[in-house]
Amino acid sequence: MTQLRETVIPAGIPLVASPSTSRAQRIYRYFRRNPALIAGLVMLFLLVFSWVVGSLATEPTDARPLSYRPSQPPSAEHWLGTDRLGKDILAVMVEGVPLTLRIGITAGAIGVLIGTFLAFFSGYYGGALDAFVKSTVDILRTVPPLLVLIVIAISIPGNISVNAMALIVAALAWLDPTRLLRSQVLVIKQQPYVEMARFTGMSGPEIIIKEMMPNLMPYIVSTFVLAVSSGILASIGLEALGLGPFEANTLGMTIYWNIWYGSLLNGWWWWWVPPIFIIVYLSIGLFLVSQGLDEWANPRLRRSV
Amino acid sequence: MTFEYLIKRIGQFFIVAFVAASINFFFPRITGQDPIQQKLAQLQLQGVGTNSEDIKGLIETYNRKFGLDQPLWRQYLTYLGDTARLDFGQSISNYPATVLSMLRQAIPWSVGLLTTATLISFVIGTLIGALIVWGKAPWILRVVFPAFFVFSAVPFYLMGIILLYIFAFQLNIFPLFGGYSAERIPEFSLSFWLDVAEHALLPAASIVLAQIGFWALGMRSMMVTIQGEDYMLQAEAKGLKGPRIFFRYAMRNAILPQITGLALTLGTIISGAILVEVVFGYPGVGTVLRNAIQGFDWFVLQGVVFMIIITVAFTMLIIDLIYPWLDPRISYRRD
Repeated sequence: MTQLRETVIPAGIPLVASPSTSRAQRIYRYFRRNPALIAGLVMLFLLVFSWVVGSLATEPTDARPLSYRPSQPPSAEHWLGTDRLGKDILAVMVEGVPLTLRIGITAGAIGVLIGTFLAFFSGYYGGALDAFVKSTVDILRTVPPLLVLIVIAISIPGNISVNAMALIVAALAWLDPTRLLRSQVLVIKQQPYVEMARFTGMSGPEIIIKEMMPNLMPYIVSTFVLAVSSGILASIGLEALGLGPFEANTLGMTIYWNIWYGSLLNGWWWWWVPPIFIIVYLSIGLFLVSQGLDEWANPRLRRSV
Repeated sequence: MTFEYLIKRIGQFFIVAFVAASINFFFPRITGQDPIQQKLAQLQLQGVGTNSEDIKGLIETYNRKFGLDQPLWRQYLTYLGDTARLDFGQSISNYPATVLSMLRQAIPWSVGLLTTATLISFVIGTLIGALIVWGKAPWILRVVFPAFFVFSAVPFYLMGIILLYIFAFQLNIFPLFGGYSAERIPEFSLSFWLDVAEHALLPAASIVLAQIGFWALGMRSMMVTIQGEDYMLQAEAKGLKGPRIFFRYAMRNAILPQITGLALTLGTIISGAILVEVVFGYPGVGTVLRNAIQGFDWFVLQGVVFMIIITVAFTMLIIDLIYPWLDPRISYRRD
């Protein structure tokens, strides 16, 4: 739901403070001005930290079915209890978080790579290519993404692997990056330094890679974080519907088994609370990071409310 | 609005319809095998669920309908023709119910739930966003506002599971499941409508909570933009009363981009609402879709996907066409 603001990057506002202050000081001041970024990074760091603690406290084999007595509430032995299938829930989370992140990061990376390529080349060269990219993105944007992903996922014969899951989600992950980055490319294309580069005889690809991309790097990173987040949510949505890697303990498959066994009605709160908490926590953390990066990419936002 | 724009926009609608139908046709065949046929054959071997005579009938219908002995392009044309007539075939799990009849039952539930929830969150969110900038917001709103902002990053259905646990399971205030009580027969009576409303409240609330932040945020940034406009200054200079400036001058101008926002996020909202229906077992399109996925009821799945995409595209077409009427500053010219 959240979208990057498609605002203009103003010319002539220095991104770096005067060189008289030390680097550490500048970084410190920057973070103080940008609490969203620091809050998001701290949240993600805490998640990594608790993952390390969790992985020390469990064995990977604890996440296999029939390891323990099923449906036991949290205890000293099983910090998060066990599920209906007899898995230790902490071990399931320790296995699931990296898997889900892998799906999101792979899909986000593919999406941003394709999106960056399309946005820069179509935005810079314009013409028929640009018109085609623009109308394709406009038309595909009007289609509810989950439905297309469902059709793709169900067309895959046999079991879906974690990597296949990432590719399925990547099928639409390039849409938002293309749209967001293209609008930025259209703006900076007009800037004097790009025209200057053109006059000095640099070729199109050279200008794109050497001049425009470095300038939009913060924006590309922020788009990537958003793409990872929406990739994670898309994969969880598919998995909750039963279109996922059945043998893997991803967060979304845990939600699926929860719905399947009616854990809510059975009062097994310790089973559904951890995956939901982690998903909500992760999406808020990524959301804050992308907001913070957005502000970094676009300093004019600082001055608005 | 120019005639040219009208034609272009309607053309775009048909392209979406065509793309949606083509996705449905080509994706199952992209791997070189036909999962539908495989599944049907498998069902016939197992003889589970529906009886094998029915499945034989289905396979025959499937073969005849898609003319599997025919070349691919002819299968495709037949398929497009059927889709244009909304003939999606019959359900595998609920043979011989047609897909269209199942959709006809489910659509009113989904449309009712989603329209109400979206309207409520649109109105509340827009008001909150406007009030925050106006500086007349009660302090409680200022405290709660960042929370809504964060909620907008949380998917609807996860919000739904949490609400379901608190209000239906723990506090027992609302029903746990379904669109109306099991012992009731759908009828036009006040008590039935109240029952429906009671069941719809939690799913609607989870959609509303997750959406408010989005609307409030959009409205807030628009209100900030228009506060510096000359007509605002003039309204103040004329000595108009606060509420009049707020509603007639500020909100009226700031609300227009929100409508574009509605059109652009409709697809995402619907994706979320499908999963909310699954969580609450709501008798709408989302639940039909979930059952179709789990039973590999291919024809139902295709029908649901196509109908939702068409409905969204059509709604966006309508919004786009009435927009210049709402905002006379917009004139559609060639770009």
